[in-house]
Amino acid sequence: MQTAETISIVPEPQLGVRRKRQHIARLYQATQLGAMLSALAVFAFFSITAGDKGFLTLAATSGWLNASAELALIAIPVGLLMIAGEFDLSVGSVVGASSITMALGVTVYDLPVPLVFLMCLAIGVLVGLFNGMLVNSTGLPSFIVTLAANYVLLGLALGLSRALAGTSTVSVDITGFWGNVFGATFGDLNVTVVWCLVLGLIAYWVLSRMSIGSWIYATGGNLDGAIKAGVPTQKVRLALFVTTGVAAAIVGALQAALFNSGNAVQGQGFVFQAPIVAVIGGVLLVGGYGTVQGVVLGTITYGMVNIGLFYTGWTTDWLSTFIGGLLIVAVLANDFVRKAALRQASSIPASAPRTTIKRRVQA
Amino acid sequence: MELEDVSKAFGSTHALQHASMELHAGEVHCLLGDNGAGKSTLIKVMSGVYVPSSGRLLVDGEPVTLAGPRQAQDLGIATVHQDVGMIPLMSVARNFYLGREPNKGWGPFRRFDAARARATALDEVHAMGITRVTDANQLVGTLSGGERQALGIARAIHFGAKVLILDEPTSALGVKEASVVLKQIDSARSRGLAVVLITHNASHALSIGDRFTVLIQGQVADQWARGERTRDEVLDLMAGGESVEDLFEKLD
Repeated sequence: MQTAETISIVPEPQLGVRRKRQHIARLYQATQLGAMLSALAVFAFFSITAGDKGFLTLAATSGWLNASAELALIAIPVGLLMIAGEFDLSVGSVVGASSITMALGVTVYDLPVPLVFLMCLAIGVLVGLFNGMLVNSTGLPSFIVTLAANYVLLGLALGLSRALAGTSTVSVDITGFWGNVFGATFGDLNVTVVWCLVLGLIAYWVLSRMSIGSWIYATGGNLDGAIKAGVPTQKVRLALFVTTGVAAAIVGALQAALFNSGNAVQGQGFVFQAPIVAVIGGVLLVGGYGTVQGVVLGTITYGMVNIGLFYTGWTTDWLSTFIGGLLIVAVLANDFVRKAALRQASSIPASAPRTTIKRRVQA
Repeated sequence: MELEDVSKAFGSTHALQHASMELHAGEVHCLLGDNGAGKSTLIKVMSGVYVPSSGRLLVDGEPVTLAGPRQAQDLGIATVHQDVGMIPLMSVARNFYLGREPNKGWGPFRRFDAARARATALDEVHAMGITRVTDANQLVGTLSGGERQALGIARAIHFGAKVLILDEPTSALGVKEASVVLKQIDSARSRGLAVVLITHNASHALSIGDRFTVLIQGQVADQWARGERTRDEVLDLMAGGESVEDLFEKLD
């Protein structure tokens, strides 16, 4: 009896392994599906609880689209950087510095708008170069480097704007062609949505279609292996830090035009919102995996929670609790997926993606 | 390829002293020795990671100075490390072409030629006898250790390797997987590559090697061609020049 059973299951292990592999391959594609499901679940939740209170109106939809687009403009590049295994927490201060620069340049110094915008972008580039070069040359964790940069720049923006204009909040009114580029509204929809679509498509193209997309995944997935394969990991990192800086600068400029005011200290919310939505969207915190589509779905989830909670009429005090809960669920799901995919890897331990690349300077 | 009287010192530590070694196309040269005997240093000199303190490298009879791993690769010297350097959460196709991606299109639309990459990667992996991989989109993290080695070797051969340096390819593998890798080494040899095989495992070395070099404390202790030493002699040499039987006696 026992013998017969043993014989009958002999061919099965191989079949089982293959089936398991296909299952895992599907599970992986499901990371994005997970983000999609969370967005749909949040949408359904607020449709039920706040649908009759206006959540399904055009105004509310525009509201969460605006909120999502603004966040996505920063979260998409931050997500790419996280896939490459690094953080950028300096985006908050870049937003503020760019916003006050826009207002000071246009209102106080009466400079042409395109020139001031270039100055804003220059701030983003400089901060990105500072972060990238410091991380590359010292091997210090980018978490600390960019956190420090965030504080240094916050103080600089505040101090300089007070010194130059006597205030850290300057009103600004951009009109005409440039007013439309940076501050146009279509009904309740902001021009931010258009900027976000353009940037999102470019990021999608770069990550999933271009060679540098592989390099980004490889830099975060196995730094040592990437270097041995000849991937210019330091350049990849530097380019991504500059991109996050520039994206944050764009958001600062857009905010100045949309709010008709520049404020040196605004934008700090993005510091943690961006990585949060990236993780909700399926980006692995340790790097090596994630998609642009996922990050976008993560920001949509965030935007809907943000606006939806307002329409329920409940106190928005619960917003942070809601987001925190979502984040925990997302991290648990990500962790499960990674372990499932690597369980079969015999020569590389399950924790390999990050431990082997922990700090590069010793190499 | 040939190493002539190569030494490498780190400060006052002589990791490698006056080592000479010849590699021939269509041969497997086994590099044996205990931990710390200088095997890693030797292959790092060969793969361009270290510049030797003295001595020289000859490729096709011409002396060369390797400025880095990239130059070694350009000369057809490829190294597949124990961990193979694969990116676990990336597909087989993207891993295969990592750092040397085929592109199509122009200007801003220049992009990774995914279809070509998938087809070539699958062909090359199948040519190494790995038929279980049927989808090039499969993540490398789901491959077994032997399959990853195969992918690494296939990649090296595809990109024109003439000298293939394998660093402990079988040490982390089970018996069955190891025999798969040994078959791949054999197929690389029959395709005319010069293979350097670093291993701790005397059985693996003896089953596939054409030439053998044993390093002891940074020096070449012995060199011979297939059949010139008995299995016991090899084991003694690998144990650092002491008789293995003596070692067991000491244990008793």
